[in-house]
Order: sequence, then C-alpha cells, then structure tokens
Amino acid sequence: MNRHMFFMLVGAMSVALPTIASAQTELTVYTAVEAVDLDRYKATFEKAHPDITINWVRDSTGVMTAKLLAEKDNPQADVVWGLAATSLLLLKTEGMLEAYAPKGVEALDKKFVDRDTPPSWVGMDAYVAALCYNTVEAAKLGLTPPKTWEDLTKPEYKGHVVMPNPSSSGTGFLDVSGWMQMWGEEKAWSFMDKLHENISAYTHSGSKPCKMAGAGEAVIGVSFEFPGAKAKSAGAPIDIIFPTEGSGWEAEATAIIAGTANLEAAKTLVDWSVTKEANEMYNAGYAVVAYPGVAKAVEHLPSDIAAKMIDNDFEWAANNRATILKEWQKRYDAKSEPKS
Amino acid sequence: MSLAIDYAPPGKRLRQQTSRDDRVKLGFMAVIGLYLIVALGAPLFVMLSKSLSTYRFDLAAFEFQVSDETGKTWADAVTAEALNRDLGVVTEKDLATNSDGRLAATKFFPEFNFRSPVHYRIRGTADGAAFLVGSTLEKGIEWREYDSATFRRVVLRPASTFGIENFKTYFSTPALARSIYNSVLMASISTVVTVSIAFALAYALTRSCMPLKGLFRGILTIPILVPSLLPGIALVYLFGNQGVFKDWLLGYSIYGPIGIVIGSVFFTLPHAFLIILTALSVADARHYEAAASLKASKWRTFTTVTVPGARYGLVSAAFVVFTLVITDFGLPKVIGGQYGMLAVDIYKQVIGQQNFEMGAVVSVILLVPAVLAFVVDRRMQKRQVALLSARAVPYAPKPSGRRDSLCFAFSCLVSLFVLGMIAMCQIAALVKFWPYDLTLTTKNFAFDLMDGGGWAAYANSIKLALLTAIFGSVIVFAGAYMVEKADGFRLGRGVFHFLAMMPMAVPGMVLGLAYIFFFNNPANPLSSIYGTMTILVVCTVTHFYTVAHLTALTALKQMDPEFESVGASLKQPFHRLFFRVTLPVCLPAILNIGIYLFVNAMTTVSAVVFLYSTDTKLASVAVLNMDDAGDIAPAAAMGMMIFYTNVVAKLLHAAVSRGLLTRTQAWR
Repeated sequence: MNRHMFFMLVGAMSVALPTIASAQTELTVYTAVEAVDLDRYKATFEKAHPDITINWVRDSTGVMTAKLLAEKDNPQADVVWGLAATSLLLLKTEGMLEAYAPKGVEALDKKFVDRDTPPSWVGMDAYVAALCYNTVEAAKLGLTPPKTWEDLTKPEYKGHVVMPNPSSSGTGFLDVSGWMQMWGEEKAWSFMDKLHENISAYTHSGSKPCKMAGAGEAVIGVSFEFPGAKAKSAGAPIDIIFPTEGSGWEAEATAIIAGTANLEAAKTLVDWSVTKEANEMYNAGYAVVAYPGVAKAVEHLPSDIAAKMIDNDFEWAANNRATILKEWQKRYDAKSEPKS
Repeated sequence: MSLAIDYAPPGKRLRQQTSRDDRVKLGFMAVIGLYLIVALGAPLFVMLSKSLSTYRFDLAAFEFQVSDETGKTWADAVTAEALNRDLGVVTEKDLATNSDGRLAATKFFPEFNFRSPVHYRIRGTADGAAFLVGSTLEKGIEWREYDSATFRRVVLRPASTFGIENFKTYFSTPALARSIYNSVLMASISTVVTVSIAFALAYALTRSCMPLKGLFRGILTIPILVPSLLPGIALVYLFGNQGVFKDWLLGYSIYGPIGIVIGSVFFTLPHAFLIILTALSVADARHYEAAASLKASKWRTFTTVTVPGARYGLVSAAFVVFTLVITDFGLPKVIGGQYGMLAVDIYKQVIGQQNFEMGAVVSVILLVPAVLAFVVDRRMQKRQVALLSARAVPYAPKPSGRRDSLCFAFSCLVSLFVLGMIAMCQIAALVKFWPYDLTLTTKNFAFDLMDGGGWAAYANSIKLALLTAIFGSVIVFAGAYMVEKADGFRLGRGVFHFLAMMPMAVPGMVLGLAYIFFFNNPANPLSSIYGTMTILVVCTVTHFYTVAHLTALTALKQMDPEFESVGASLKQPFHRLFFRVTLPVCLPAILNIGIYLFVNAMTTVSAVVFLYSTDTKLASVAVLNMDDAGDIAPAAAMGMMIFYTNVVAKLLHAAVSRGLLTRTQAWR
C-alpha cells in the first residue's frame, strides 16, 4: 500500500512539476523562525527575487538541529535561514556547511559573522537572555524584583524561579555559557549551585519559563526578551528585566548546506539575507539585528538591549558544550529528583 | 479443519484446486509478513545496533610534531597515545564520549602557551581521524601546521566504534538510571489504583441494579478519545500554581509523581474498565446460588466467586495499564516536572541533545519492562479455561438498596472526575488569558498563529486517521484471515502470528526512533517515504497492529471451518468464499478495527513525534509543541478539537454499524 501511494505521488508530481519548474528555482529552506513571521519573510524575499520560490520546513530549534544531523548523509535542505548559530556551528564541525561570504557581509556587526573566512554562517538577529517577572504574583508574595543574576539566589525566591534545562534547550545553554564567559567557570558553578536551590522547575523549551511567569505558574522565568514582549502584549502582568551584569545571547543565522543542487539560488538568498532591507524585516520582532544602525525599538522592550549583550564566544561554547552539560547533569539532574 | 483436507481422498483435481488456493494464500501471507518485517523487525534491529554504536577518542590516530622557538626545526613525530602514556592527562574514562565529544589537543602539551612562537603540526594516522580547528573540520593524513595561537583552537574528534560503552555510561549516570526506578514505580502505582477503580466500576455495572448504566459506560470510555497530553493540561489548570483546586494538594506540587499518577489513571481507566467489564459479564448464576445455599457471607461470596471469576481479566487489565503508563510520553512530558521517566528521556536525548545513540540505549531499556509485561500476560492468557459451560445460567443481579446506591455514588464520582477533566480543558481553551483575564474568546483556536502547524496539522491528522483506518483494516484483516484460515505452513503462520503480536510490546517512541534510523538512510531503497504521510501511516498501523489483529482473529474464529470445507468441496476458489461469506459476516469486526485505528491515529503522539515533517504535522503533535512553547490554552483547544472529531467518528461508526448490522447480520 505504501508503494502504491508512493507511485501515486510520483505520478502526481511528474504531472505537476514541468509546469512550475520551467523558470523557477525552488529552495528547500529549513528554519526555526517563529511561525507568524514565515509568510512575511517569504513574501519579502520573493518580491525581491521572483525567480526563486522558498519552501519552508519549520520546527523548533532542537527538532530542526536533530533533523539536520539525522539527514547528515542525505541532506534535504538547500539553505538554513533562521537557526541558532550554535546549532549551525555544530553542523559546521560535521562539515555540513558550504563556506560562503555573502555580498555586503562587511557591513554586518562582526559578532554576528562566523570567525573563519569565508564564513560558514552569517547572523540575522539576536535573542538575549532576560527575566520575566510576574508583578501580580510577586505583590501577593511580597517579593521585590531582582536586578542582577546574583539576586536570583536570594532565599526569598525559593521555589519561584523556573529556567530552561540547558541539556534540552538552547536558551538554557546560552544562559549557562553566558554566566561562564562572564564570571569564569568556578564562579558560574557556585552561582548555579545556589540558584538550583531556588528553581522550581527546569523546562524543555526556552520560551516556556516566560510564559509560565506570564500565567502565574512561576514568579520569575529565566528566558529571553522575545517571548517576554509577546506575553506582555497578550496581557500578561510581567516586567522584562535585563540583569545588570549583562546577558548571554544567541544569534539566529543563515547558512548554505554543502552539496546543494541549487547553489546559485542559495547564494542569492544568503546575499539577500544580510541586506539592510532584510535586517529591517527582522527588526519587526527582534530588537537586536546584525546590521548596525537599523534596529528600532520594539514594543515593551528597552532600546539599549545591544549594550547588555556579553562578548559571546560561540566557538568556545560549542567546543565545551559536551563537557558543561555532563557536569550540569551530574550536579542538578540527579539532585532535582525527589528525595525518597 | 486440517482433518478434512489431510484425510480427503486423493482426488486429483480437488488437491490441485486447494493447493493453488493455498499458494495464493501463502503469497498473501508472505507479503503481509514482509510488511511486518520491514515495518517492525528491521527498524528495531537497526536501532539495537545504533545503541551499540559508541564514540571514543582514538589517541593512536593522531600524530603531533613540535617546533623549537624559531618555528623552523621540528622534533620527531609522536602520537597522542605516546604522549598520554607519559603524561596520563586523559584517563580511560575520559576517552569514552558521545558523538559531540571534543578533546583539546593542548592537553598533551603541558608547557603549551598560546603566546609562544612555537609551531605545532598535527595529522591523522588514518583517513578517518578528524579534528577541528576552531569549528572547521579537518581530516586525513596530511601534516597541517599551526602557530600557538591557532593550535589553542585545535580539538580532537572521536571515532565511531562498536561496544557497550553507551550502556555503561547510562548506568553510571544517576539521573538517567533513576528513570528506570521512577518509571516502574509510577507504572506500578497507577496500575494498582486504576485496576481497583476499574474493577469497582465494572462490578457496579454488572452486579448491581443501579440506574443509568448505559450513560456511565459511555462517560467512562471518553478518555480513549483524547491524547494523553490532555489530562496533563487539565491537571495544570486544576491543580497548578494558579489552579482552581490548588489547595486540595496540601502544598504538594502537581508537577511530578502526583500529576503522573492522576493523569495515568485518567487515560488508562477505560482500557482496564472494558477488559474487566468483559470478564465480569460472563458469570454463572449457579455459583452464586451455591454460595447462597451454603450460607456464605457476602464478603466470602465476593472473594471466592466474583474475584476468581474475573482473575484473568484483572491480570490482563493490570498488564495493559502497566505497559501504557511506562511507555506513555505525552503525560509525563506535560506534568512530570523534574521527575525523570524513560519515555521522556528518549525525547530529551534525541531532540534536546541530538544524542541519537543514547536515545537508542534508553529505547532498548524501555523495551525490557514492556516485553516482560507482555510475555507474562501471554503466559497467563494460555492458562485461562472456559468459565461458562453449556449449562451455565446467566447471572442477573437483584436489587439491593444499600449496594446499589453505593455503586451509583461511586460511578457518579468517577464520572465527575472524567467529565471534570474534559470540561476544564474546554474552559481553558475558551478563556482569554488564564488566570488574569477570564473573558471568553475564540482566539486560542487561531492555530495558524502559533507553533505546531496550525489548522493544516488538524487536516493532516484527519487524513492520517482515515488512511490508517482504511489501509490498516485491510492489512490487518487479510493477515488475520491468512493466519486463521490457511491450511498447512504451520511454521509460517506461527512466525506471522508472533510478528503480529510484537507491536503490543514496542513503545511508540521506540518504534518512531527506530524508523528514523531505518528509513532515513540513503542506502535504504524505501528511504523516499521518509518525511511523507506514508511513513506516518505505516508507523501508526504497525504501532496499533496487535489489538486490531486480535479483534479480527476473534471474529474469524467464530466462523465454522466447515465453510472452507464446503467451499473447497464445491470447487469454489477461496476468494469467492472470502468475499461472499467471510467478509460480510466479519463486517462489524472490521468496522470496529477501523474505528479503533482511526481514534488512535488521531490521538497518538509518541510514535509519530520523530517522524512528522513540515508538510505532515499532526494535531496531536501540535498539542505537544504548543504546550512545550508555553501556549497551553491553544494546546488545550487543539486537544478538544481531537476529542470532538473522535466523538463524531464514534457516532458515525455507531450509525453505520447499526445500518449494516440490520442488512447483513439478519441471520444472527
């Protein structure tokens, strides 16, 4: 029966394809960009390049990364547009990315471009670690808002903080790697030891802590700024707090998959992805974009987020990920089980 | 039936006729057997080998050369292994790693300083040896030279080998190994609670004269129609930190064991209830009369007549519940909090850390309790003997005020629990922003604006459910027919039956992961179905094969083998008999198989969570993903859409069955 369906599919495609494929190049683009933004990105790009059609394949960052790695020997994607830079670095170390310097890449902020020349990935925008703080629940409990990361270890917050689990969420890992790069490993571990005492749950997704704070399931959600702004627009009684020490961050980035059959079209897309026009498009949701001077303030977010971003070393983070996660699981996964 | 053929006179034509039929049947059986091997056996085998695929730093595969201060004169080449022998910086334990492992090359040079003018060379001694300079992958046996500042960025990559290291790592990681204990504990507690409640309910329905039995029966089967994620979501709204009845938990958190047990009881209740109900409904009134005439107390009658009569049903129900809870993934994902469970660990390893090997290891471990439960249950079933003899008198309960009102009260209580959970989800789906803005809205149904796949996912789910129901019924019934009605090839039929029983013991997660390894391999000629609706249909049919197979077998067993003998003696080919007699007679059973597959295809998460692609996102997976992203209200809304769809499907099924029954089953 599966074979039957397969033949029917092939049959249908062979009828449909010649009519579309004549002048049009179709690009299979993998992405983790928010679902609401996809149509806008596609329309804006296709207006600039009517000869190329984007076919989105979208999923969350973790699923997308797992999918790309699983397809390592038989890649299905032409381009990745909008996936965490850390994930792209992982693909790069597997030799899966085609190095290419898009036209105009010089204009981008250096921290948004892969260190190697030619770069294997180029950034689009950033998401920055932030706290979502539920003012209603805090008032009920008589809590004062935290100003720094260090504040989160205060005993008054015991059981009121949620953060993403770094071993299953990219956002969780950017928090941990941010603390380590700011303070050094030793201080970061001792901070996390104390923080762990206050954590009520480690979630699997990076935006969930903020939404939990928004819904009052927690008071403080360690998350990033985007879901904070979104939850606030939806009516959540939260404040978005950027700790004064600075914040870890992650770039959303673009890369070409090595061995793509549509290399020219892929380059066209990546070229366009670094233009000022594209960056203005990213700015609709993201407060920090790769093209300097483009970003306008986003509703509910301060205008100086870029200043809070630490000097993030993606390579260090990628090369130490396995070791850090192993240690993290040893310290907190086992301890977080109920003591019976 | 074989008697008639084996001892038939050696009439030449007759034998040829049957043997040609048998060849056709054998061919059919081989095709469906092959289907089960491709869709079940081979993927599981590939997964098993994946769990044995390990990563290890092979120090002998890397050679270094160090220059002097001028950067021109080079010392002798030396392997990392030799360096480590002198220095002992890397222990044997550190060498075992995962696919993401990295080992800094500078570890082997204690005097290393990134500001020094010393240069370093590195090469592999074999082609496969890989290392990274920063994040650039280098391979091969060419010498490569780096200054100290660059050499700081060189890290070695592990080589892939075979071994049981993954299992060693698993059992030496307390957080992972702990999940085995947690899963077994949760499954055991849920089993005891569910089976007790289900028994009480079945008792109330069969041994009392309480009113509204039909209504209770309907309400108690509701949880089958919703994904197991939904009770999790309902519990968050009922008992979460902003929950309606938060105080009932006396300060304990719903996220964790408490939530897992309550949710598990909810979604396994109908399975246990239906099995025990069947077991209790066959009762011989003479046993009760005997007990009464021996002046046995009510309690003694209960423990010596009622319970033993249902013991096989109880055992069966217990194993079904145990297997369901230990293999379920949706519920602990939503409500489990930090409480590690095996099925969630697979997801965390694969999606969270892209550690496929460790995912395979957890899968293999998850197979063990599920297979054990299955084997024990099969053993017990074989010992079951017919309870009802031809002279049995059907038991009819007599009214008893106290017992009946007790039964009624208990049934009401459980029904309230079931309806309350569903109602909570419906309310949550309609509220604007829980708990701060309780105005009603339909915006949570605007799925296209959320993660998860939007309304297209809902349409895909219906398509999957229909395809699964149609193709699944055909494959399952044809397979069962071959097992039951074909003559000879005892061995082939035995193997086939075994294959058909296997899916029951394979958790959905494990099956899904095995499918990735097996089908997403360019060397596999079937790899083109990866990422299509076809693979989802194949996976879902296979996942729910066993129960459907048993239903078909039961229906076929009710048909007298004389039909075949008569057909053969009238020189009718088997397909005529099949379409004229067997199929119409078994039509109700086939419809039951169809609706069973439909409902399960709508609600399944675990089997398909690794297999869907962007074009084939499913409603049940959307519930998972929306909850994961924190959009709990839309997740509840999508869960309710699945529920309503299944209710409609059930009603349609009931109407069609009734219509068909009057037309085709008049002879009964």
